[in-house]
Amino acid sequence: MTSRNLSTQLRALVVDDNMINRKIHQKMLNGLGVECMGVANGKEAVDVHCYGQSFDLILMDKDMPIMNGIEATKKLRSVGICSMIVGVSSRSMEVEIREFMEAGLNDYHEKPLTTAKLASIIHHIINTKVFYSYNDHFIFGKFLNDPFI
Amino acid sequence: MDVGQMQRQWLDYTRSLFIEGFLDNQFLQLQQLQDENNPEFVVEVVSLFFDDSERLLKDLNFALDQQGVDFKKVDAHVHQLKGSSSSIGAQRVKNACIAFRNFCEDQNVEACLRCLQQVKQEYCLVKNKLETLFRLEQQIVAAGGSIPMMELGF
Repeated sequence: MTSRNLSTQLRALVVDDNMINRKIHQKMLNGLGVECMGVANGKEAVDVHCYGQSFDLILMDKDMPIMNGIEATKKLRSVGICSMIVGVSSRSMEVEIREFMEAGLNDYHEKPLTTAKLASIIHHIINTKVFYSYNDHFIFGKFLNDPFI
Repeated sequence: MDVGQMQRQWLDYTRSLFIEGFLDNQFLQLQQLQDENNPEFVVEVVSLFFDDSERLLKDLNFALDQQGVDFKKVDAHVHQLKGSSSSIGAQRVKNACIAFRNFCEDQNVEACLRCLQQVKQEYCLVKNKLETLFRLEQQIVAAGGSIPMMELGF
């Protein structure tokens, strides 16, 4: 994995057919220093990736018209999208959550989201980036210093 | 009335909305998102909620007025309304929607119509309350004051 500049602003995609939810979640993420984009269904989420956009975080609503969150998550994972995908839904039946998780989510939260919940997600992403960046530098440094490689 | 009195009136009124269950913690989340860069954020989001809700209530009226009611469509509209009311903290509207969805599942037209009336009533109540709240805020700001920070500690 190539080393990435940790000071680069994080980017998030908010996928929700409810524009009020999109507006609120985007504002919460902006407040945490995250650049945001919003789309209204799973198909639009897949399309933006096909147009070459990438994101550190995808907030994926479950119940949407045209393409729902489960289908969109499966599609994104099948084309190699490794971004953190966090499922959100107001439904909370265990079987539904399990189905959503098995589609390829990293995490799931019940709506409504709060700034605190989003902050913990963002911290996890940042910590993961620090881990990979550290390992990149460590492995590269060892290669330079080790005469037997 | 001086600014201090207006601010106390605003605080008392806001507290009453939480105590009476019209609003929940999610409304506080919205208020905390408002800052000098976005001083009208809460009013903007709540206005979107009003427009969206009125559209959904019209759609629900229409859907339940049909000969053969499409309960999937009715449920989809109620789901939307439940989602937005939950996101802005309109607790009583949200709870009315939860009850409504149960009757959609049972495909009970009469019960759905009663639920629709209940949702409309709760929506009208919270709309009036929030409009009153925003008028109080405008009066405070016009008098040179600022809106107090609300905390759920009462």
